[in-house]
Amino acid sequence: MSSPGASRRLAGRRRELALLAFATPALLLLGVVFAWPVLRLLSLSVEGGSLEHFEKAALDGLYVSVLGDSLKIAAAVTAICLVLAYPVAFWLSRAGRIGAALGLFALLLPFWTSVLVRTYAWLVLLGRNGVVNRALRDWGLIEAPLPLLHNMAGVLIGMVQVLLPYMVLPIYAALLRVDPDLSRAAEGLGAPPWRAFLRVTFPLSLTGVSAGCALVFVLSLGFFITPALLGGGRVVMISMLIEQQVREFLDWPFAAALSAVLLLVTLAIYGLIGRITRGGRLEAA
Amino acid sequence: MRRHRRISFGRILLGLVAGLVFAFLMLPLLVVFPISLSSASYLQFPPPGLSWQWYLRYLDDPSWIEATLRSVKVAALCTVLAMGLGVPLAFFLVRSRLPGIRLLDRLTAAPIIVPTIVLSIALYGVFARLQLIGEWYGIAVAHSVLALPFVVILVGAGLRTFDEAQEQAAAGLGARWPAILWRVTLPQLRPSLVSAAFLAFISSFDELVIAMFLSGAEMTLPKKMFDNIMMEIDPTIAAVSVLQILLVGLCLGLASLFGRGVLTTTMTR
Repeated sequence: MSSPGASRRLAGRRRELALLAFATPALLLLGVVFAWPVLRLLSLSVEGGSLEHFEKAALDGLYVSVLGDSLKIAAAVTAICLVLAYPVAFWLSRAGRIGAALGLFALLLPFWTSVLVRTYAWLVLLGRNGVVNRALRDWGLIEAPLPLLHNMAGVLIGMVQVLLPYMVLPIYAALLRVDPDLSRAAEGLGAPPWRAFLRVTFPLSLTGVSAGCALVFVLSLGFFITPALLGGGRVVMISMLIEQQVREFLDWPFAAALSAVLLLVTLAIYGLIGRITRGGRLEAA
Repeated sequence: MRRHRRISFGRILLGLVAGLVFAFLMLPLLVVFPISLSSASYLQFPPPGLSWQWYLRYLDDPSWIEATLRSVKVAALCTVLAMGLGVPLAFFLVRSRLPGIRLLDRLTAAPIIVPTIVLSIALYGVFARLQLIGEWYGIAVAHSVLALPFVVILVGAGLRTFDEAQEQAAAGLGARWPAILWRVTLPQLRPSLVSAAFLAFISSFDELVIAMFLSGAEMTLPKKMFDNIMMEIDPTIAAVSVLQILLVGLCLGLASLFGRGVLTTTMTR
């Protein structure tokens, strides 16, 4: 006769084993079609135990400047997204039922529409004779068409439109968790609304802000389709160099080295912002 | 009185800014509708007249239809794989008390963080060796890795709000585990399951970067569109885009009617 404690432990262990058996196919998939290929690629970069490919990447000014440009673009996209997303998230969190439903639809429909479709639409909108330039000219706001396509402006506009929902949604989720009674209490104690917002609501929403920033920065750093189509070859991001190395030059070890750099920078930034987020969460708790 | 007016002024300003940003988000979606109905023979805005010619051209061109069917097949298999493997994985990640569970949680979310271009060329190398380039099921398997995190996050969120005492009650009444899962747990998770399936389908149907490397000459719809945009911008793409937008709108509508938690796909955990 086993004691009840022992049999419960046994049942617990059987439960764990059953759960693990449940998850095994998915973990195998992640191992075989994700972890192993990525690690295999990374190992190509140090083939033969030499770091020559990393040296090439570090010494050739082109690659360093493209990585720098990619970081700058990612930072700019993140900053613009934050400035645009916060008012939207705040408005959504205070909107009524119908307003919130409509707003979420206007946010989620573009979010789930193919990046390619949206990028194509920007090609139509931003060209010399595109919709935007035509409208601005018809309204008498400009004389000559603005250069909006095949340059940095086009890339930024397209990327911000694609990545904006990734910023709005976490901030919105964080704002929903903030008890509106808190800012009401601050106003009841005599704080003007803007101060109640700045001192009470805004700090409590910072977890969402940093989650959104981490996501947008990381996604834009590795972005490919939008800069490739809207940059017109004049804006080069590191993902485009990686593609070129594989497709045109078949230089796998060098592509692998560039991938390793991109992956390292991505993980480092994600980890860094994640750490700030967790710190914020502890404070909020 | 004065204070009241200032609040409402701030509210109007906020509403105005939010409205402009919503307009910016919707603008690219809205602009393709009139272009797709253009009667001009090349890209012209505003269109000089209306016609269905670009939709007809899409329907009459076997290569567009083939690409569309291939994408539907890929997305369907991807959905089956992501659901079939992701739902059990979500149970494991939510309920297991193994010490390494946090690490596996991270591994599951990793396909979102790792840049798609890196994953694409990594898979390209492996698939080329296995001679899987151009095979539609290869793309589906690769896409299921990207869809898996969506499924796990949505279903996991549903599972966390599920009261496990119901399963214990069913077990106490003599039900066996498969029956409990099938008759008690899964029916209550249905909203999360529906959302997860729709989003897995769309995420694969829209995916371009992986398909670019793995599809070879056997193009998926996004790959065919990409090539077409690079060659010539004719309004056929606008017609295809409209159909895609309508499909996504339909999926979103259905998911919000029958599903739950479409919002939680923002990876905010």
